Amino acid sequence: MIMGDFWILATASLVGVSTALVGVLLILRRMSLLGDAISHSVLLGIVLAYLISGSRSVIAMMIGATLIGLMTAWLSNSLHRLGKLQTDASIGIIFTWFFAMGVILISVYAGQVDLDQDCVLYGEITMVPFDMVIMGEKMLGPRALWLIGGVTLLNLLVVVVAFERFRLVSYHPLLALTLGVNVTFWHYLLMTLVSLTTVASFEAVGAILVVALLVIPASSAYLWARSLKQMMWAAVGYAQSAVLLGYALAAWLDLAIAAAIATLTGLQLLLTIAVMQWRQWWRRRVSFRDRDAYTR
Amino acid sequence: MTPDFERVDPDYWQLLVEFWSFSDTNATWVLIGAVLLGMSASVIGTFSFLRKRSLVGDVLAHSALPGVMVAFILSHSNQPLVMFAGALSSSMLGLLLMGWLPKNTKIKPDAAMAITLSFFFAMGLLALSYIQGLPIPGKSGLDKILFGQAAAMLPADLYLLSAVAVVVLVMVWVLFHKLRLVAFSPDYARTLGLPLVGYELTLALLIVSAVVIGLQLVGVVLMAAVLLTPIAAARFWHRQLTVMLGIASLIGALSGAISANISYMAPTMPTGPWMVVVLSMIFLVSFLFAPQRGLLSNLLRQRRFKKQVRAENLLRSFYLLNERRQQSKGNFLQASLNRVFSEEELLSHRPMPYGSLMKGLRELARNGYLVYARADKGWALTEWGAAVALELTRRHRLWETYLVTEAGLSPQDVHRQAEKMEHLLTAEEIERLAELLEQGPQSGKGVKDPHGRLIPLTEEPSS
Amino acid sequence: MAFPPLSVQQLSMRYQHNPVLTDVSFEIPCGQTVAILGPNGAGKSTLLKGMMGLVPLMSGRVRFFGDPLAKRQLSIAYVPQREESDWDFPINVMDVVLMGRHGRLRFWQRPTAEDRALATEALAEVKMLAFQDRQISELSGGQQQRVFLARALAQRASLYLMDEPFAGVDMTTERAMTDLFARLKAQDKTIVCVHHDLNTVEAYFDWVILINSRLVDAGPTSKVLTEDNLKKTYGGRLSLLNQMTEKMYRSNIDKVHDDA
Repeated sequence: MIMGDFWILATASLVGVSTALVGVLLILRRMSLLGDAISHSVLLGIVLAYLISGSRSVIAMMIGATLIGLMTAWLSNSLHRLGKLQTDASIGIIFTWFFAMGVILISVYAGQVDLDQDCVLYGEITMVPFDMVIMGEKMLGPRALWLIGGVTLLNLLVVVVAFERFRLVSYHPLLALTLGVNVTFWHYLLMTLVSLTTVASFEAVGAILVVALLVIPASSAYLWARSLKQMMWAAVGYAQSAVLLGYALAAWLDLAIAAAIATLTGLQLLLTIAVMQWRQWWRRRVSFRDRDAYTR
Repeated sequence: MTPDFERVDPDYWQLLVEFWSFSDTNATWVLIGAVLLGMSASVIGTFSFLRKRSLVGDVLAHSALPGVMVAFILSHSNQPLVMFAGALSSSMLGLLLMGWLPKNTKIKPDAAMAITLSFFFAMGLLALSYIQGLPIPGKSGLDKILFGQAAAMLPADLYLLSAVAVVVLVMVWVLFHKLRLVAFSPDYARTLGLPLVGYELTLALLIVSAVVIGLQLVGVVLMAAVLLTPIAAARFWHRQLTVMLGIASLIGALSGAISANISYMAPTMPTGPWMVVVLSMIFLVSFLFAPQRGLLSNLLRQRRFKKQVRAENLLRSFYLLNERRQQSKGNFLQASLNRVFSEEELLSHRPMPYGSLMKGLRELARNGYLVYARADKGWALTEWGAAVALELTRRHRLWETYLVTEAGLSPQDVHRQAEKMEHLLTAEEIERLAELLEQGPQSGKGVKDPHGRLIPLTEEPSS
Repeated sequence: MAFPPLSVQQLSMRYQHNPVLTDVSFEIPCGQTVAILGPNGAGKSTLLKGMMGLVPLMSGRVRFFGDPLAKRQLSIAYVPQREESDWDFPINVMDVVLMGRHGRLRFWQRPTAEDRALATEALAEVKMLAFQDRQISELSGGQQQRVFLARALAQRASLYLMDEPFAGVDMTTERAMTDLFARLKAQDKTIVCVHHDLNTVEAYFDWVILINSRLVDAGPTSKVLTEDNLKKTYGGRLSLLNQMTEKMYRSNIDKVHDDA
């Protein structure tokens, strides 16, 4: 079982790394809600991939989910333009629709789809060690770990290679345009990464809790980070500690692991805010005291 | 939750008849509840849509989850009122956090929404997983509030739901004018001395109430759609708020009724997703097919306009060609009736594909603007066509004059724009223009446009 | 004959839900400081953004040095309005200025030592070198403006388009900017600013463009800045023109007319 714990932790930790990286870019681009929407709608992609391919094929799942994810971004943008609806309204309409269809398909094809509503909500991280990739005689580790490992590598690669571009585009998209940068391309690339990351995290944490991992560690880091690099490191750090503490909490009180991890990210945020508010208050007090001493 | 699927195929037709004959009291209550919920949620959702905060409902619904769970843990009962109080208070907490974060930290409003939503939801699931380990009865229905399950609702739940829904509707009816003002221009409302905070709070409370009563029927995850989608669809049908509210509540009611029906026929199905899919379909139909504002009607209008522009351009060509041939000072209109132009002449005046020229000419002839002179193998204006061609030319030249004299553009710049404007100017605008340029219908005979050409005066075709 | 740094032909634009400009045409000469003047909401910033391809044009043509924007992107530096920027972004002054070099870098490339040298030089020119490691949120309004200027300088452009660079800045910054304008002019660079302060126009700018719904006049400051022109610029709007331009947009006639 020790090995099982290890696999679970390793998977959760990689989920933390990749969601934190993508999440930083999301919140800097002010696109948290689109991230939320995509993580909901990928469910439809996953279910459709199951039904069409008839198997738990990773490739089909990735393609299905990414297509649906990009469609969410594209459709809500089109709806905003053609229907003259506010952006968040068009996002809301599209993702609730896709998600609802996903849930209905799961209930209708309950026998054929190896998914249920619980999995959508919590993920099935405790099942991770029971689904191993086996090659010949060797056990190569859990399938979910390979999946999220691959996506983490991809995220890292893209972020490292195109770091400067992402920084430019998220800092000032208009300026990027005047410098001749194709902002639309980078937008959809980011949306692709969000889709891939949420699919790969799906088995571990489900479709909804992944939003917490995308947005909250990045926001905690945003509060005090002084550079994009620092913000990314900090977000990854927050995510990792939330994974460890959340796992411990869940094991101790016998709770849902994914929910515990997500709750901890929120607590970290509140704690960070509290510390910062306290420091601000303290600094103001000190400066008042200094001024008082001076005037006296 | 278990994989919910019945292998025995029930007789759906039988169930359908049963449902709509209202013989099953419980099912009828579910129907009433669902309809009332759909109505109240869509009506109150309209106001958050107007305040450009369409996704607030999403945040509030997710925030209700931990409240329900904590209320259960504390009271060990699933009394509807207890659950309602728990959900209400935790939704309000969520609302507070969502508003507090962007005001007091660097966190932006959209991120604050995503944070609140996911954090509260995570806490709710955490508490739910804790409850599932507790040896208390009555916990089995709790997870139904995630996706909603109408069939699992008890009469007591439905009474409360209906009562609250009616209260919400009545409140909106009573406060309608104030809520509209606050939604439309909050700052102005403040200058009128209205207690803005009070109204905002009332609005928030109404939204939260609608969300909370929807939890068992629609579920936490998809409640946002019931608030948002009806009004978004209603917007395509009408622009007046009162009418929009009526349409939205109708859409809400319809989706409620349909999903109650589905829930009766397949009791283990989650109700919320069905309601949302029904709503999305209604939205899609509205978006595509609504008269005037729908996508299809826009495309059709565009096509009609294109035809009109082509026809008007041709008539203008006729006018200009006629002008070229006009020698003496005779009656222009009368003279133009006898002049025949070949297709080649027209093409050399305004190059365009031959096919579309013929299409345009035939259409003009069909509508009585042109006649085909078989003997001369060409086309001539009718009296009516000549009058319209003259009017178009008048518009064109008046606009050119306006651009040069009033806007100070140079004469060589104005033709291109006037070429387009001539299709858009109405008689009323032309009158205004003529007055502006001090050439009323009587005065100013023989006024020239910037290119030195005569601006024709409108004449009634003599008939 | 050399092409003018900027020429605009029959440009029409709208902003939010209203048409702001109809059929504007002008050219500006090389090596001058040019002010775009007009009443509030006349579309000064919109004109600048439209020329830079940031908001769609209804119709018209813009040429930089005789070429479309895409061909000359690197020779044109745009300085956005200060308020339109995200000052909470976790980034320091040096990195902001280095962004000016990004038009020349492929997406995987990092700024080189040469880019850094150029950025340093640019910062020194606006007297902000001491602040290079500062977080941008810690700067005053004038300092933020100077950072944006430095970024444009680092771009090594020949034409600078600035959106309200003098709005809400302190005396030091104003001085630094006018000095800089003089130096840039000496290098035959052209500067176009959206400007709002009539009192300083004559002192800072050689050339003015007056707009109000349409082009009122464009030319050397001494010739164009007349009372009559100012009355036209700041006087009433041409409501019929605005109304018809809006109708033109809504009816989509540009497309229809060309297809028909």
